[in-house]
Amino acid sequence: MLNLETAQSPQKLRRVAIEPVSRVEGHGKVTILLDAENRIHQVRLHIVEFRGFEVFIQGRPYWEVPIAVQRLCGICPVSHLIAATKAMDVIAGFGPLTPTAEKLRRLLHYGQIVQSHALHFFHLSSPDLLFGFESEVAKRNIIGVAAAFPDLAKQGVLTRKFGQEIIAHIAGKRIHGTGVIPGGVNKPLSVADRDSMRAGIDQIVDWSKAAVGLVIQLHETNPDFYRTFGESRANMMGLVDRRGALDFYHGGLRARDADGGPIFDQIDYATYRNVLQEDVKNWSYMKFPHIKTLGADKGWYRVGPLARVQVCDVMPTPLAEAERRTFLNAGGGKPLHGALMYHWARMIEMLHSAELARELLDDPDIVGTDLMADKGPRREEGVGVIEAPRGTLFHHYRADDNDLVSYCNLIVSTTNNNQAMNESIRAVASRYLSGRELTEGLLNHIEVAIRAYDPCLSCATHALGQMPLEVDLIDADGTLVSRARKG
Amino acid sequence: MSGTETAIVVDEIPVPFKPGQTILEAALEAGVYIPHLCAHPEFAPHGSCKLCTVIVNGRNASACTLKAAAGQEIEVDTPDLHAYRRTLVQMLFVEGNHFCPGCEKSGNCQLQALAYDSEMMTPHFVEFYPHRPVDASHPDVLIDFNRCIQCELCVRASRDVDGKSIFALVGRGMASHIVVNSPSGKLGDTNFSVADKAAHVCPVGAILIKRVGYAVPIGERRYDLEAISEEASRCAGEEVR
Repeated sequence: MLNLETAQSPQKLRRVAIEPVSRVEGHGKVTILLDAENRIHQVRLHIVEFRGFEVFIQGRPYWEVPIAVQRLCGICPVSHLIAATKAMDVIAGFGPLTPTAEKLRRLLHYGQIVQSHALHFFHLSSPDLLFGFESEVAKRNIIGVAAAFPDLAKQGVLTRKFGQEIIAHIAGKRIHGTGVIPGGVNKPLSVADRDSMRAGIDQIVDWSKAAVGLVIQLHETNPDFYRTFGESRANMMGLVDRRGALDFYHGGLRARDADGGPIFDQIDYATYRNVLQEDVKNWSYMKFPHIKTLGADKGWYRVGPLARVQVCDVMPTPLAEAERRTFLNAGGGKPLHGALMYHWARMIEMLHSAELARELLDDPDIVGTDLMADKGPRREEGVGVIEAPRGTLFHHYRADDNDLVSYCNLIVSTTNNNQAMNESIRAVASRYLSGRELTEGLLNHIEVAIRAYDPCLSCATHALGQMPLEVDLIDADGTLVSRARKG
Repeated sequence: MSGTETAIVVDEIPVPFKPGQTILEAALEAGVYIPHLCAHPEFAPHGSCKLCTVIVNGRNASACTLKAAAGQEIEVDTPDLHAYRRTLVQMLFVEGNHFCPGCEKSGNCQLQALAYDSEMMTPHFVEFYPHRPVDASHPDVLIDFNRCIQCELCVRASRDVDGKSIFALVGRGMASHIVVNSPSGKLGDTNFSVADKAAHVCPVGAILIKRVGYAVPIGERRYDLEAISEEASRCAGEEVR
């Protein structure tokens, strides 16, 4: 852990702000404090907007909440819909889901991971990797990728489209649909829709496998750089099933330390508060969770693809598991902690999700019509947890006797990764920026590290849309020295 | 009796009427849609929402209350009336707290359907964001006053059909609001039943049956299948809400 969170003497240091961070949904800001020799003294990723979902859904009927809270995000609304509904399954008093309902929810979730991972890698991150971090900014985007690598861009766009089509078939819309309701799902999958998806899924598996190959190719161009860029040794957490296999939809919490040693395993996620604690800091709206027994300084952890592929014992589909083995070998038996390694793990997960979706499309239960579970007495409290594309996602609610939500706590993937993201950008800043004249390309190194974790800060922030980047360089006396702008 | 004595002319189309029918009833029966919100075929009209405003022989009138009469030349679908109705719908939106993305009535809501019908793209006016608590005290029915548009259909249904007079409109002008007739003002302290007509007549998401939200999939909701004007035309001659 680098000691760059708080400068010893911030007076007389120059402040550089990257605000907002571009090609990232939501409002994030990075501030860097430099001395007269451009040496880095402080680096922070701030979440600067406050949305307040945890508060304003209080007093709303519990069955409405999953639909409302999915508006937390435009990239992964399905993740919030499913996690919240899992909590409401408990509160509403439902028993185990019917096989068809669980499989439809899983298919929806896997479609979400395919589309989100494709967007994350191809649309938002690949321009940096394909053209270089300091390449011409006007071409460093998906349009530039489409011009230079048309086949690759087409595969990325169509893979994402396929994931969205899975979502539309089950949730009724590509973005912000319904589909998942407490106790099950609200409509069966038609045979025609199943057949339509089945006809396309083999191609998506093939393209996903090729995407893993592309990341490996990029990695091989400079293995040391890829392995160490934005490296921060972190504990890792994710959901695994009872056999220790990765399970995106349901499982027990498992955490391992930075060397891969066990911290906890098979923790019932409803008891997450026994193992995790959230802290606040006065410079960010995003909380800082950590593993209780290790304390705030040593207990922060990483979630998402890079953690998941290294926390689990196996990914239960053959192509993805083979790729995971190759990935683990790249670490020489030790866990990998470089920020860019996220992309490799991410593409393995996209392949895994595509394989899982193919298995479900071949399962006769997927077109079953028994959609709702049996209902028992209402319960006061429920916790729903899933592995969202960016990492472990917690939704925790209580509802009063009149069916209104009285309490809500959300720990979104971005929040779980808060300290890890901060540590990665500090590693990048101290390695690549310190002592140098700052340029747009150098500052983009910081953004590359953030995007590797998360192209979407909106779970904890506010806006969506065109994100221009403006960087002001201000000297120690507060005078504007230079201004760089893009977008 | 000639044909002109039993027909009105709506947007240059002859529309027959029966004695005693309102303009709205005659038009709907003939498959000619006139936007409306507070009118309901099972209850006496009171012309409060004004969405059915038409021009009858050059003068504004509420189609739900004015009786059809021979010689009426009626304008319904004109640019000015269309814009006027859109303004009314926009005012209804900003006066309450209507957040369609999270509302379980979305796709089945007449206010939302009329917003689409009037081509409303934004609320246009400054939102009031009133503070209106939810009444969830009844075991089976929830009232979300945030979405109430004061159409008084629940008032009429409870009084005229259920015989309970559980709801009333009180206050004047901007202070008008629906109240529940119980000492506590809570629905849970009345003899209201989920089987009451008033539990099923709300055109928006104000009176809701508990625990069944979003059960109808997107694509199969009432106004997913056809726009409110198309539904009215298809159901010509039937009782349409």
